[in-house]
Amino acid sequence: MLQITNLHASVAGKPILKGLSLTVNAGEVHAIMGPNGAGKSTLSYVLGGRPGYEVTDGSATLGGQDLLALEPHLRAAAGLFLGFQYPVEIPGVSFVQFLREAANAQRKQRGQEPLTGGEFLKLAKEKAALLKLDMEMLKRPVNVGFSGGEKKRAEMVQMGILDPKFAVLDETDSGLDIDALRIVGQGINDIMRRPDKSVLLITHYQRLLDYVQPDYVHVLAGGRIVKTGGPELAHLLEEEGYEAVTA
Amino acid sequence: MNDLATLPTNRHEDFRYSDLDALAGVWPVAREEVVVASGTSETMEVVETGGGALARHLNIAIEAGGALDLRILNAGPTFGRIALDVTLQKGASFTLGAAQLAGSSETLEIVTEVTHAEPGAKSSQTIRSVLAGHATGTYLGRIALARGADGTDAEQSVRAMLLDRTATANARPELEIFADDVKAAHGCAVGELDANGLFYLQSRGLPPPEAKRLMLHAFVAEAFAGAPGEEALCEAALARLEALL
Repeated sequence: MLQITNLHASVAGKPILKGLSLTVNAGEVHAIMGPNGAGKSTLSYVLGGRPGYEVTDGSATLGGQDLLALEPHLRAAAGLFLGFQYPVEIPGVSFVQFLREAANAQRKQRGQEPLTGGEFLKLAKEKAALLKLDMEMLKRPVNVGFSGGEKKRAEMVQMGILDPKFAVLDETDSGLDIDALRIVGQGINDIMRRPDKSVLLITHYQRLLDYVQPDYVHVLAGGRIVKTGGPELAHLLEEEGYEAVTA
Repeated sequence: MNDLATLPTNRHEDFRYSDLDALAGVWPVAREEVVVASGTSETMEVVETGGGALARHLNIAIEAGGALDLRILNAGPTFGRIALDVTLQKGASFTLGAAQLAGSSETLEIVTEVTHAEPGAKSSQTIRSVLAGHATGTYLGRIALARGADGTDAEQSVRAMLLDRTATANARPELEIFADDVKAAHGCAVGELDANGLFYLQSRGLPPPEAKRLMLHAFVAEAFAGAPGEEALCEAALARLEALL
C-alpha cells in the first residue's frame, strides 16, 4: 500500500527526514512514535504535499503511484487522507459545502459519478453520528469555534466521508479527553480497520493505541526509523522512555 | 468631500490613487440625491458589473430615525469610482456592505464620508476587496462625528485580499470625533489568502482554483451578509471571482 524508501526532506533548508524507509501493507495499522523534533509531523506533511516541505531524496508511493509527483488534491484522490494535528479554521466556508465539493472533486478525478446532495447528507449524518458529533456543527464554518476535541472528531468525520485507502493521522489523540479518545479510537477502527485500508498513526502516547491496536510500532528519531516492534514496543517506550529504548 | 467643477488632480486626497485619465472621460460627475425619510427603512443596491469607465457620487441624507441598508458591488469596470456622502440625523442608521473585485489593470475605488450630524445614530461599514493582476483597489473612508453627536455608534471594517503581488490595495480609514460618549471602531487589513487554509482544503481533494474560490467567496460574502438581495449579490460576485482566478 504505502512504500517509503530512503526519504530525505528539508524545511527551510534544514534537513529533517534523513533516510526514512517504511512499508505499510493493506490491512495494517502502523504507529510512529518518537521524541519532539524527530520529524513525525514533517513526515505527515511531506506525504500530504504541504508547500515548504522539500523532498531532497528518496521516494514514496501509494498503491504503486508516485505520491511525491502529485499535487495535494490529487494525493487525496489517490486515496490519501491527512488528519491534521492542528485542524485549520476557515471562516465563512461550511463543512458540508466544502466536504461535498471535495468528495465530488475526488470522485470526478477517479471517474466516478458525483454524490447528490441527498446522498452526501446521508453519508455525512452517518459519519457524524459515528463520531458523536452534532450534525448541526457540520453546517458551521470549518473548525471555527470548535473545541480541540471537536476539531479532532470533525477530522475523523471527514475521514469517514472521504473514505480514503490510507490515512496518516498526526497526533489525532492530542487535545482529547478520555471519552473523546475512546470515541475517536472507535471511529478510526470503524472507518479504517478493513482489509483494503491502512493507517499510519503518529502519536506521542500509548493511550490511543489501547483503542486502535497497531500491528507495528516504529520509533522515529533524528529523521529515521531507529526501531520497529509490535504493540509491546509502545508499552516499553511508555515505561522506559525513548532514550533507554533506542540506546 | 470635493465640490469641484474642474477635474481633480492626485493632490486632492480623495483622488490620490485615482485613474485620472479615465476620470477625465467621465467628468464632471453629477450628484445623485438620496433621501431616506424620517422613520422609514430603505434598502438600496449599487451594482456595477459592466465594463468601461464610470464614476458615481451619491449624496445620502438619512433623516431622524430612518434607516438605509446599502450594498455595493463594484466588479467589472476598468475604472469604477463610487463616492458616498452620507449624513445621519438623530437616531438614524446606515449599513454599508461593499465589495470590489478587480483584475488586469483596473482601478476601482470606493470613497465614503459618513457624517453623524446628530446624537444616537449608528453606522456600520464593511468593505471587502479582491485584487488580482495589476489592479488597484482603493477605499477611503471618513467618519465624522459632529459636535453634539453624542451616543454615536460607528464601525468600519476594511479588508483587502491580494491574489497577486503585483496588485495594489490602498486603504485610508479616518475618524474625526467632536462628540462625547461615542463608540467608533475600525479595523483595516491587507493580506493574501491563508496558505494553511488553502492546503487544508486541497488536502481534502479540492483543486487549487476551487479551494481559492471557496475562501474568496466567503471573504466577499461578508459584505453582503444579511442583505435582502444577498444571494443574487453573492452570485454576481462569484461570477467575477471566477474570471479573476
